[in-house]
Amino acid sequence: MIKRVIPFFTVLAVAVLASCQQSAKLPVYGSRDVEPGKTDTIYKTIPAFSFLNQDSVAFTQENLKGKIYVADFFFTSCSSICPVMHRNMKTIYDAYKGNPEIMFLSHTIDAKYDKPWRLKKYAQKLGVDDKQWQFVWGEKKDVYAIAEKDYLVAVQEDSTARDGFIHQGWLVLIDPDKRIRGAYDGTLPEQTAKLKDDIAVLMKEYAK
Amino acid sequence: MQNKHQTLKRRIIFLALPVIFLMMFFSCQSQEERDMMNYRSNGQSLYVSKCQNCHGANGEGLGQLAPPLTDTTSLRLRKQLLSCFIKNGLEGEITVNGKTYNEKMPAFPELTDMEIAQLIVYVTNTFGNKQGHYPYPQVTRDLESCR
Repeated sequence: MIKRVIPFFTVLAVAVLASCQQSAKLPVYGSRDVEPGKTDTIYKTIPAFSFLNQDSVAFTQENLKGKIYVADFFFTSCSSICPVMHRNMKTIYDAYKGNPEIMFLSHTIDAKYDKPWRLKKYAQKLGVDDKQWQFVWGEKKDVYAIAEKDYLVAVQEDSTARDGFIHQGWLVLIDPDKRIRGAYDGTLPEQTAKLKDDIAVLMKEYAK
Repeated sequence: MQNKHQTLKRRIIFLALPVIFLMMFFSCQSQEERDMMNYRSNGQSLYVSKCQNCHGANGEGLGQLAPPLTDTTSLRLRKQLLSCFIKNGLEGEITVNGKTYNEKMPAFPELTDMEIAQLIVYVTNTFGNKQGHYPYPQVTRDLESCR
């Protein structure tokens, strides 16, 4: 009797496990709300912004319309986690290079030193030579506010830290509806690989 | 019975032979080689925590931001300067493998002479490099002539 039941349970267990892994959609992060009198959920979205990119041209949310993008916060003179973050992010950039649906957006948190021309030089040295990966500069208060309130990434100036700043190495995945769909530790190759896969899942969701 | 015992004895000797050979092989290693192995294994963990972010897990460097550590000629030519580079950081242009780099390398003043020697031994004997031992008194001497 027991022997006959074992295969059945094995099949069941495998089926249950398999169904767990096959999440067709990525979760939506952030607080949510419902407008009075309506039934649709209102998700947290990234608000409108305007920063200067590496070509000293204004870069706004309009430039990201209908696109999936990966956002992060860094500074060019950072010797701790930024190099490894961008090394990993570059592998994703290389994988989706030329794909008009995907963009990359790196914000500097060092407004004093990282002027756009410096960002341009940094981008070139990293091996980024097109507009698909934007490196943007903004006033300190604007960048810090959007990091902490909207992308949910902690950033802080700290004179006791090695390079004068402390910050988190999240790579944040944003969908075309401006919602956060994932956050990945950019210092870990496994998490970066997961981000690469999740971009494909998200593309499928928005494929028409 | 006697016969069985003999076979067993022979088998033990037969199995022990390779072990004896291995022991002989290792005892042949010089003190310097053993020192180098110790330096290198400590150097590896130091490399992961201090250098890998920029220079990469395989010493491949990072674009034009950080030079690779795979060019054995560059390392050999600058071997006496490596201690100063690590301890005091590096600024200005440097050419590695025909490419020019001009970014600031941070200083690591917290490292001891021994740790610097371990790092140098690791880097110059990994990533395709095979340059042998570098004892720490050499690092102490190198650091005296830093510019």
